[in-house]
Amino acid sequence: MIRSKHLALLLGLLALSPLVFGQEDNCVTCHREFEDEQTGPSHMFVRDIHAQKGLGCADCHGGDTAAEDMEDVRRAKNYRGVPTHRQVPDFCARCHSDPAYMHEHNPSLPTDQLDKYKSSVHGQRMFRERDAKVADCISCHSVHEIGSGLMPHSSTHPLNLPQTCGKCHADAEYMAEYGIPTTQLDDYRQSVHGIALLERHDLGAPACNDCHGNHGAAPPGVTSLAAVCGNCHVLEAGLFKGSPHQEAFSQNDLPMCESCHSNHLIVETSDIMVGSAEPAVCVQCHEPDDGNAGLQTAMSISTAIKELRLAQEEAGKILAEAGAKGMMITDEEFLYKEVNQALIQARTQVHAFNADSVMAKTTEGLTKAETVQTNAASLIDEYYFRRKGLGLATVFITILAVALYLKIRRLEKNQ
Amino acid sequence: MPALTDSRIYKWVDERFKINDLVDYLSQKGVPQHRHYIFYYFGGISLFLFIVQVITGILLLMYYRPGADTAYESVQFIVANVSFGWLIRALHSWSANLMVFAVFVHMFSVYFTSAYRKPRELTWLTGMGLLGLALAFGFSGYLLPWNELAFFATRVGTGMAGALPVIGDDILIVMRGGEEVTGATIGRFFGLHVAILPGLFTVLLAAHLVFIQRQGMSEPLGWQNTTAAGRKMEKFFPNFLLKDLLVWLIVLNVLAVLAVFFPDGIGAVHWPLGVKADPFAPPPEVIRPEWYFMFAFQALKLLPAHVGFVEGELFGIMVFGLGGLVWTLVPFLDRKSHTGEINRLFYAFGWLVLAFILVMTVMGYFWE
Repeated sequence: MIRSKHLALLLGLLALSPLVFGQEDNCVTCHREFEDEQTGPSHMFVRDIHAQKGLGCADCHGGDTAAEDMEDVRRAKNYRGVPTHRQVPDFCARCHSDPAYMHEHNPSLPTDQLDKYKSSVHGQRMFRERDAKVADCISCHSVHEIGSGLMPHSSTHPLNLPQTCGKCHADAEYMAEYGIPTTQLDDYRQSVHGIALLERHDLGAPACNDCHGNHGAAPPGVTSLAAVCGNCHVLEAGLFKGSPHQEAFSQNDLPMCESCHSNHLIVETSDIMVGSAEPAVCVQCHEPDDGNAGLQTAMSISTAIKELRLAQEEAGKILAEAGAKGMMITDEEFLYKEVNQALIQARTQVHAFNADSVMAKTTEGLTKAETVQTNAASLIDEYYFRRKGLGLATVFITILAVALYLKIRRLEKNQ
Repeated sequence: MPALTDSRIYKWVDERFKINDLVDYLSQKGVPQHRHYIFYYFGGISLFLFIVQVITGILLLMYYRPGADTAYESVQFIVANVSFGWLIRALHSWSANLMVFAVFVHMFSVYFTSAYRKPRELTWLTGMGLLGLALAFGFSGYLLPWNELAFFATRVGTGMAGALPVIGDDILIVMRGGEEVTGATIGRFFGLHVAILPGLFTVLLAAHLVFIQRQGMSEPLGWQNTTAAGRKMEKFFPNFLLKDLLVWLIVLNVLAVLAVFFPDGIGAVHWPLGVKADPFAPPPEVIRPEWYFMFAFQALKLLPAHVGFVEGELFGIMVFGLGGLVWTLVPFLDRKSHTGEINRLFYAFGWLVLAFILVMTVMGYFWE
């Protein structure tokens, strides 16, 4: 991290060198004299991606960089100064929505951010409702220290993004007038996604923008929720679409994945989520006397998965014992992985809500678990057989040795 | 109980092959009995372990398949699927390590008792040749399972040979069968391990044994100056031979216990199959050679990048080469011990070498 900061500083200084050491740009020269070293724009800008791409103050703010007096700077024709909150999106879009200009600096960066922003909840509140508090570009990207999402110090880097969104969305006082919850950040931090990203630093785990979008940020509606989750959880989403729940959820306006898994506080799934009694999530909708086969199916699925899980645990235990005894268990380990795979597949099949498709996988897993158990038990028997064999061989060799010793003694006595 | 020589079988054989002459010859041979008598057994122990090596090696050869795509898999098959394959591999590996240990004890006991002195110069030279071949057996056999540790240790080991001036690069190419350790290297090491080295070893071993039989066991220094009553001798046949056989049985028992309880070795002496060699994988954190190469490996590691104008590693190899040459030629350099007196200079040199080997080996395992 420190190294990358130093690198960014160096690159920034290099990029700024014509500004700092050249005589044309007086913005930095003057602003550095009175601005704070930590928070002053002229100091922060060395770490900014724009500085690293060779842009200077005047590229955004306009003005005559050769002028020595601030009044002369302001008098320049293209002087744009500091934009207001409402001007910020267009201020940035002047370049970022210009494909020809962006092609010269960063051809891979999209140029539709402003359009997406306008379609977002943020943009709509900004332009339609003239909300002065809603997020603009610099609320998320910061200002004068803007970094690409790939830069670890950037506010949009995946590891920093939840905190960036939470700056507003977790502030109860700030969000009070909007009437939406402010527990999302705390919930996310405790969720399986948050733990993966923020604690294990697994950049494959989703941050806020992976579900809500970034420039077009909006909460996914009931109809699009399955599509959002299905982006990563493809198999589960596919199975759900073919399940009897698809139609029932649609008819009752129930959010698909969220109904069972929650939204921000998505905890690690476990087998107890399926069943016919608390804490199974099935009983949130199904009741024992509702007259359909829902809970019966849930019970069958739960039993089948539990049976496979116990068989897998038992197989793992015996296999570990055989391994600890120094036996060669490579083949059994491969088979054991297939048992684990069958368990994962059976758990995935839960989303089809069809007991037969789950049992097809659990039966396959049970057969393999049984083979692992039998083979591992044979290896343990083999281990004891080896020791018995060794005992016999040792006794035989020892008898021979003792006989030889006696023979030598008698020989020496007779000599 | 009638003597063996009175039995009908003995007489039947003797009638055809005249073995009485041989028995008479052996009966006349004597083994000096003194306080270092026990070290006479280590030559025999080395021989016994070599025989175990040959037998288990032949059995392994029936299933082992050299090659980058087959070596690891075939060893895995031997250990997991072949009946008693695990035992054969464990016996082969344990006997290899114990043989090197026995050979070292045998060599140092011969050195410290000055048994290399005239007229046994050639016995010493053939013994040194056998030690070199035993180490070459160990080095070439280490790569054959083609697992991760063997791969990287061989890369380091052959890389050291490549550090030699002028001929280093050529030696490295010849050893590896190319610039890198690949399947071609297995082919070469396999050929060396199962054909070339056994052939050379057999010739040298035969010469070594013939020399010993012709010259008899070395007597301790100053033995000729003692009275006849003080020179206690034991009959080579059958007394010493039977005792030798007893020691072999004890070693066999130890070997069996080690092979069954620790089939993958234990501590610094271990050979788990582990994962298959992957030339593109990063090397493991700790790459260690086999314990009998550790002293050299550690000493080379401790040397600075340059000693004077010579590269550190090259300097180390040159010092080892020179030390090995002096050690090998000691029967010709030590002109005092054959008069019956101890040569204190060479005695001290021997202790210095032994202490160096022990200290470097311990440092190699316990000092980071």
